[in-house]
Amino acid sequence: MLELQGVTAGYGEFTALWDVTLTVNAGEAVAVVGPNGAGKTTLMRVISGLVPIRTGDLRLDGRSFAGRRAHEIVAHGIAHVPEGRRIFPRLTVEENLKMGGFLPASRRHYAETVGRVYDLFPVLAERRRQRAGTLSGGEQQMLAIGRALMSKPKLILLDEPSLGLAPVMVLRLFELIRRVRQEGYTILIVEQNVRQVLSLVDRAYLLEVGRIKVEGRSADLAEQDFVRKAYVGI
Amino acid sequence: MKRPLAILGLALLAVFPWLPLGPARLYILHVAILILIWGIVGTAWSLMGRFGLVSLGHGAFLGVGAYTTTLLWNFWGISPWLTTPLAVGAAVLLALVLGYPCFRFRVVGHYFALVTLALGEVIRLLIIAERDWTGGSLGLTLKDAGAFNPWAIQFADKRIFYLIALGVWLVGLWVWWRVDRSMTRSALEAIGEDETAAASIGIPVTRFKLRITLLSAGLTAVGGVLYAQYLTYLNPGVLAGIGVSLQIVFAVVLGGMYTLLGPTVGTALTIALSEYLRVAFGVKLLGMADTIYGLVLILIIIFLPAGLYGGLKELVLRRAAPARVVRAPSG
Repeated sequence: MLELQGVTAGYGEFTALWDVTLTVNAGEAVAVVGPNGAGKTTLMRVISGLVPIRTGDLRLDGRSFAGRRAHEIVAHGIAHVPEGRRIFPRLTVEENLKMGGFLPASRRHYAETVGRVYDLFPVLAERRRQRAGTLSGGEQQMLAIGRALMSKPKLILLDEPSLGLAPVMVLRLFELIRRVRQEGYTILIVEQNVRQVLSLVDRAYLLEVGRIKVEGRSADLAEQDFVRKAYVGI
Repeated sequence: MKRPLAILGLALLAVFPWLPLGPARLYILHVAILILIWGIVGTAWSLMGRFGLVSLGHGAFLGVGAYTTTLLWNFWGISPWLTTPLAVGAAVLLALVLGYPCFRFRVVGHYFALVTLALGEVIRLLIIAERDWTGGSLGLTLKDAGAFNPWAIQFADKRIFYLIALGVWLVGLWVWWRVDRSMTRSALEAIGEDETAAASIGIPVTRFKLRITLLSAGLTAVGGVLYAQYLTYLNPGVLAGIGVSLQIVFAVVLGGMYTLLGPTVGTALTIALSEYLRVAFGVKLLGMADTIYGLVLILIIIFLPAGLYGGLKELVLRRAAPARVVRAPSG
């Protein structure tokens, strides 16, 4: 469903991604792991149209989306849960969700999708009138994921969902992501928690200084010294 | 409970010129008209300002509006009825030229404010440079068309102008209110909080920012036209440039930009203040008004970030809140 072919991208003079080729098939869960500064977040931002592609191609369902703007990509069924959650702190939980379903096509199904999100994350239903900034870190992450689900995406991009969460919360979060997966969403996840993320996904890529170094099925990768590589970067 | 109050207020505003206002009747009416006109402009500014789009160059739109209708009337005698849309169009076009590159390339916050600041100055300098037909820094007088000329929108009777200004002001409030209830407002609020997050969930950031900027510029131009028609004298110092731009911002910040009436209340207070100082001190203390402005502005920003009107409203609501909680279960 998602294909990157030889993508190079960066900010100004600086190149953060070199010739990245990556695919995510429908129904799959795929992880991108790598040390800090490897370009993982840039990769996510390239896919959601926030960072323009310099060379190469981005294809969704076979159609090229290189050079398209973020809202067009969201409209095509890709939702980005940005790093650091980036919820709207002064809006209420419900308003945040409403913004997630902003596009006209998803606005029509608002009641239905919001119900599904509340089923998935009951704590959000309890706090719907609360300002999002007053939620705990874990709840904010749920809200960020819920907000992404509001656009009825086919593919969800999760950028470091466990960042800054207490260890016990990280476990719960992964459990929730597993449930999101079972709902039939395709997932592309960037994570530092390599061990845990490998138990969640089908395949994984190792990104190092802007290049894909290793690629494979997560079961195989877990056996190799992949984990050490991802952390230490050698 | 609120509706009858609003209707009463409106009725009062409508008959205001016919009330016995004493010997200073004309002067009071004059100040009231100024408040309404600048209230329109302030309301227009707050359309953007409340979403963090701080423009320090709204004088540019004001000037473009005022000069467009006035020049077309003076040179070709075209009625402002016909040229006002043109004036609005010119201001909107200017806003587009300014806004699109800014929003597309993420010129935000202080940088956006600085760009707009420059715009106001550029328009002022252009008016001065083109002195052959704009009258330069000496200003420009609207060609007289008699004491009662609806075609030229020129009336010697201040009461007529008062009603016109009141009408346009109400339209301005209506626009503000419509935006306040719309999806645009939520989108812009989200953009104001976190532009990247807003973009990542599919809000077309550029489009929404541009839309509100064009709306604000257009409405400001209407205010400019009205000003020119009323005073029949234009001056680049009053209708473009930093001075007037900052005055607009100051009034709105003072009154509060998050409430419907905030900008107008702020405008009324600043005009009243400067008129009072002018009458009380004359030319003896020329810089006094600005000094007091500055002082008050700093105090307001620190202690009443929602503005005087907004802050007081919040206070009243908080006072009234316990009563509401008691009533809530039955309703």
